[in-house]
Amino acid sequence: MEAGASTVTGGRSLIEPSPAARLPDQVLRWGLLGLAGAILVLIAYFFIRLIGQSGTALDHFGLSFVFGNNWDVSRDIYHGAPLVVGTLITSAIALLIGVPVAVATAIYLTELCPRRLRQPLSMLVDLLAAVPSVVYGLWGVFVLAPKLVPAEKWFAKTFSFIPFIGGGASSVTPTNYFIAGLILAIMILPIVSAIAREVIATVPADNKEAALALGATRWEMIRMAVLPYARPGITGGAMLGLGRALGETIAVVVVIGDAPAIGHHLFNQGYTLASVIANEFGEATGIHRSALFAAGLVLFVLTLIVNIIARGFVARGHRARVPRR
Amino acid sequence: MSAAERIQALAPVSGRRRYTDTMMRGLLLAATIVALIPLVLVIYYLIKRGVGSWGGSFFTSDPNGNFFGNPGGIRSALLGSLEIVGLATLIAIPIGVGVALYLTEYGKQSLFANVVRYFVDVMTGVPSIVFGLFIFIVLVLAHVGGNFTAWKGSVALSLLMLPIVVRSAEVVLLLVPSELREAALALGAPRWRVVFRVVLPTALPGLVTGSLLAIARGMGETAPLLFTTAGAFGLTFSLSQQMNALPLQIYNDILSPRNVVVDRAWGAALALVTLVLILNVVARVASQRSRMA
Amino acid sequence: MIPPETTSQEQVDMSTSGGRSEQTSGDPSERSSGAPSEQSQAAPDMSALGVREGAGHAIKVAGLHAYYGQQHAIKGINLDFPANEVTAIIGPSGCGKSTMVRCINRMHEEIPGARAEGSVTLDDFDVYAPGVDVTSVRRLIGMVFQKPNPFPTMSIFNNVAAGLRLTGTKADNLRERVHRALRAVGLWNEVKGRLDAPGIGLSGGQQQRLCIARAIAVEPEVILMDEPCSALDPVATLKIEELIDELKERYTIVIVTHNMQQAARVANSTVFMLDGEVIEHAPTNTIFTTPHDERTERYVTGKFG
Repeated sequence: MEAGASTVTGGRSLIEPSPAARLPDQVLRWGLLGLAGAILVLIAYFFIRLIGQSGTALDHFGLSFVFGNNWDVSRDIYHGAPLVVGTLITSAIALLIGVPVAVATAIYLTELCPRRLRQPLSMLVDLLAAVPSVVYGLWGVFVLAPKLVPAEKWFAKTFSFIPFIGGGASSVTPTNYFIAGLILAIMILPIVSAIAREVIATVPADNKEAALALGATRWEMIRMAVLPYARPGITGGAMLGLGRALGETIAVVVVIGDAPAIGHHLFNQGYTLASVIANEFGEATGIHRSALFAAGLVLFVLTLIVNIIARGFVARGHRARVPRR
Repeated sequence: MSAAERIQALAPVSGRRRYTDTMMRGLLLAATIVALIPLVLVIYYLIKRGVGSWGGSFFTSDPNGNFFGNPGGIRSALLGSLEIVGLATLIAIPIGVGVALYLTEYGKQSLFANVVRYFVDVMTGVPSIVFGLFIFIVLVLAHVGGNFTAWKGSVALSLLMLPIVVRSAEVVLLLVPSELREAALALGAPRWRVVFRVVLPTALPGLVTGSLLAIARGMGETAPLLFTTAGAFGLTFSLSQQMNALPLQIYNDILSPRNVVVDRAWGAALALVTLVLILNVVARVASQRSRMA
Repeated sequence: MIPPETTSQEQVDMSTSGGRSEQTSGDPSERSSGAPSEQSQAAPDMSALGVREGAGHAIKVAGLHAYYGQQHAIKGINLDFPANEVTAIIGPSGCGKSTMVRCINRMHEEIPGARAEGSVTLDDFDVYAPGVDVTSVRRLIGMVFQKPNPFPTMSIFNNVAAGLRLTGTKADNLRERVHRALRAVGLWNEVKGRLDAPGIGLSGGQQQRLCIARAIAVEPEVILMDEPCSALDPVATLKIEELIDELKERYTIVIVTHNMQQAARVANSTVFMLDGEVIEHAPTNTIFTTPHDERTERYVTGKFG
């Protein structure tokens, strides 16, 4: 849009900005570009330094850092399977409980909710994400955990024939895998619901009408026209929730009990990659500290991968399924 | 068969389907209510167990690490939070808006811009504790300007807040009508002027609400501060020292064996959540209003 | 057009909704009166659906009012749609043609804030009677929309089967009826080798015929068409109009169109609407050559609208 023509006589046109006037523009442009680039470089730099700090532990323990089952601080042995397993268990619980509720909420809010209630209720669900993680930890450990113990004991006794999930009624502790997973479910619910809502809103009204015109009930219409269309996007949302659950630290460290072993039952204490860092960092030195960095590295790479896959799904969901011709 | 007869014949099946429909609708409504119960319960218990602490010198005295007697209030934590997050905001917002400006005004859909967008998106998924570790390694271990200091906490928080600012700012900047930009450019204004005098002022309300959400997020984070500021009981205004913050104080207090200290944790949590919820509600309602305007 | 009686005699077991006994046809190529068989674009073939017993089904609209919130869109309409005839609805934009048609299968009320009053009778059955199950009504009154809208995540087969699956039609019966519907709309030869391909992979005209197949698979009495050709090219449009000509043998058809030539081509009678009211309803010829009302005359001669 900047005029650049020279006049017929070959002189510089009056409206062409002088090189000096163009300078602020260039400064701005390249400055901002540099800023954006700097962020990329920064993240890469952090990554490299983290790898550096983890080096000692990883060199020493190799693959047993991830697969070995023995996290012994007193003897400086850091085989982190309890951490990895604990992370996976709590995240799995979070997904199993959180995703269905989140998707159900999203369907209700976009398809069934009276219009006037839609905004306020959606905002309330989103506010779940505003509560700081330490507050969830506080509430979880002092309110939720003790209240659930009787139910957990009952469950363990009644379903004692199922390995891990049942049994161990006598070893039920207030802080355990389950409650950590439950708190995580509450924390990922807003994210998954928000993305699901977004995706469901993109379902073409045409298809919904067609379903209704065929004589579908409202639920059948949702099943026929909405859910299949929204599935990739919702999957992506669930994976983003997973990413969040994997990395959540403070709420988990408070309610999981920080036991450096793989608990035998769902209602036993455990450990996660994130919570071990928060719990043990204070006094860690030398190889212990390096091991904690390594845990952070594993966590970082794990969440990175999950996020990248998730975004692939969400992108697929957003891309309109346009008819070919 | 007449229509009436056909509908009659359909009745058993349609009765069953209507039943399923009603059940599913009820289930979906129930799920929504279930989703909201934790929010209600958290707020309820915060008020129930936290309000009691809000008396006397709660906001005017600092916490102390004493084993007996009055455990003190949360003044240093509250002020510390405001300072640390304040500095983080000063870092994150200009940089975040700057990056967003680059993406909307210059980079647009170029390969580089898309890479940046992708990275920023991925950054939102990085666990906050990892940011704490990053800053610990790069700044604390290297003893850059001291060991644990408040400003390093701010830097860690700003990393966390940055992607939030960039994403919301980009959305808002894209909403500025291109006609506005083109009109200004057609009048001969250089691009930088258009950005500062037309684009930014128009986008300002949206930028503010996006920033409020980022600030709310920053105020609630504990993990990054654990490795950078590490907390302290006493009140200090110097950002180059260890400083207290509300989340740190709460985290510390949860593990205490003393009931009065746990009570203080509830009171502090109530204060923190009040701040955070106010920021959130104001930001969200404001952005709703502007969308409907 | 092949008379339906020359088909073979297999009895089909209607294990589900609304049992109307039917006889299948054989493969069209086996029939004596030579139908074009192995062309890639077969003509629509209603006989694929078998013999239809009983009289056709007429619709009577009486005292119909429709509202969008406070806006009074349909202001007291009385209309008769004769059985097995094509009735076209014409009128300028915003006159309420689509709204009125959507009141017939009670789709209008799906719009938030919208409601309708009055009566719409199909064979003496008032679909607006209290306690009527709307989903059953919509099974008897099918609809084809302006923009072809096959379900994007479903195959061609599943698209046509969609309505049948709602009432739990069993697998063999399902397959049978899907194939028949595809034959009936003349799509069979074009898609028979790729029934599992995505429905949206077809051309616009094919997609619309797919949607029609989807609508007739559940054997409605009436088919409502809301400007079904406006998103299609002229060749595809002609094919659909051919199909409509065939469809009226089995169904009562109401077609909304802004294209007066189309009304002249396909419709037995035409309704002219203006501002939510019926101005004139007459045999198509009459409407276009000697309309009674001056407003009709102005519209069809292009003086407004």
